[in-house]
Amino acid sequence: MFSRAYRIAITVPPLAWVTIFLLVPYLLMFCFSFWSVSSAQTIVHSWTLDNYKQLFTKDVYWETLLRSMWIAARVMVFSLALGYPLAYFLSFYAGKRKDLLYQMVIIPLWVSYLVRAYAWKTILGSDGVLNTLLQYVHLTRHPLDFLLYSPFAVVLTLTHIYTPFAFLPIYAALEHIPRNLVEASNDLGASPAQTFWRVIFPLSIPGVVAGATFAFVLSLGDFLAPLLLGGPSGIMISNIVVTLFGAAYNWPLGAAISLCMLVLVVSLLFLSERLEKKWNFS
Amino acid sequence: MHALLVFCFLYLPIAALIVYSFNGAGVGGFPPRDLTLNWYRILFQDGAIWESVGNSLLVAGFAVVIALSFGIPAALALDRAQFPGKALFRRLVLLPLILPGIITGLSLLMLFNWAGTKLSLLTIVLGHGTALISVATTEVFAGLQKLDRAQEEASLDLGATYWQTFWRITLPNLRLSIIGAALLIFTLSMDEIAVSFFLIGRDNTLPLEIWGRLRRGITPEINAISTIIFVFSLTVIVIWYRLRARGEGSPEIAAELVETAAQGD
Repeated sequence: MFSRAYRIAITVPPLAWVTIFLLVPYLLMFCFSFWSVSSAQTIVHSWTLDNYKQLFTKDVYWETLLRSMWIAARVMVFSLALGYPLAYFLSFYAGKRKDLLYQMVIIPLWVSYLVRAYAWKTILGSDGVLNTLLQYVHLTRHPLDFLLYSPFAVVLTLTHIYTPFAFLPIYAALEHIPRNLVEASNDLGASPAQTFWRVIFPLSIPGVVAGATFAFVLSLGDFLAPLLLGGPSGIMISNIVVTLFGAAYNWPLGAAISLCMLVLVVSLLFLSERLEKKWNFS
Repeated sequence: MHALLVFCFLYLPIAALIVYSFNGAGVGGFPPRDLTLNWYRILFQDGAIWESVGNSLLVAGFAVVIALSFGIPAALALDRAQFPGKALFRRLVLLPLILPGIITGLSLLMLFNWAGTKLSLLTIVLGHGTALISVATTEVFAGLQKLDRAQEEASLDLGATYWQTFWRITLPNLRLSIIGAALLIFTLSMDEIAVSFFLIGRDNTLPLEIWGRLRRGITPEINAISTIIFVFSLTVIVIWYRLRARGEGSPEIAAELVETAAQGD
């Protein structure tokens, strides 16, 4: 029903914008990753595999990438551990308060990322809220110094930020489960635990996969929480990239690392899409 | 019980933030004491902060314009046009939603460097606009799925041009999705830091101004501005729910976004 001119008018402008500001920059990132920096600190536009060689041979990059993935994995597990039971409770047991509670999970999403990371800093610091509280009630005599500037602080903060992201798709998946399936399972004599594990949980897996992907991918690329709360032992891969693009001035190597992250993230997205399709029964 | 604990976990930092913005003795120290409005007074006299607030409002305003003027056609194109590379286009548009901000920021930095563009608020606007087209597209596409096609057909049958139909039928019917998207884009842009971090010129946006101060140490002044931002965001949410309540049954913005991004379609 739509004319050719109409279809061109709605397609070409966004297509052009996306090409210029998304596709071309990704291609440039690809090109940069094969260039190098001269001793005079200028970009040399000749092709070399040096950046990738460095990436795969120098321990610091490997170790940091693995540490980032380990931090992201913990954030993912904790976000699911907090988000799943919450979503299950809201979907099946919250009754009339369901809508209100749902909004209450959403609201922290609207609170500035930076503000929340900062709030944890004021809580965890050596003269922060938590340490002074512990001393006030005489649980400890000296401030606990492992709280701030550690991977622990980064994992805690990122879990706080990404739990609502894990919650939302799980909740949506649970809400889509036809309630008569649950009733049928109960009527046929299954115990509540059996009903959960054999009916509800399998049907919620696409939501779990989506939530897990969100928490993992977004925390993997984070560089602000580690800078603010991580200390030397909480450095993540993006922090190295930031340094390479800043003080260290080695854009090509930074581009190579970013490109690896991009490839990793996109493969994870494909993987999670396939997993979701596989577990989608509707 | 579990739910209660999770809610405590989610709200504890926000509560601490607000309480300590009134704490005379500074950040930390339990219990809070010497309640004061002093930090707010200092904040209101702080020129640099308010200048950055102005910059952020400006950036957010233009980001909304860019994201909507390209996001609405993109949603229409995904809904009703067939063209080669459509699947790739959809994935590309939605990618910045799930991609860590550092990748979007850096790739744009390379573009501007390559094109010889000087970094300024304009480059931040372009960055935010590009990243947030995904939000406009998602929202408007969801709105289009609920649109009554018969109205558009009737309009065209009765002799209206496509242009007239678009302005008089399509857009008004998508009103709620568009307002919702605009509010969301505005708040997200006001808060954005990962992309701005790489595209910043001489003028700071509010999050970058706060970030600069955090690196130097923490003061309750930051609690105060954070509290104000929180109240501001909360107001935006309330406005949105008011609007939504009037046009019942329209989508749940934040949630829909997360779901769509996760499914990639």
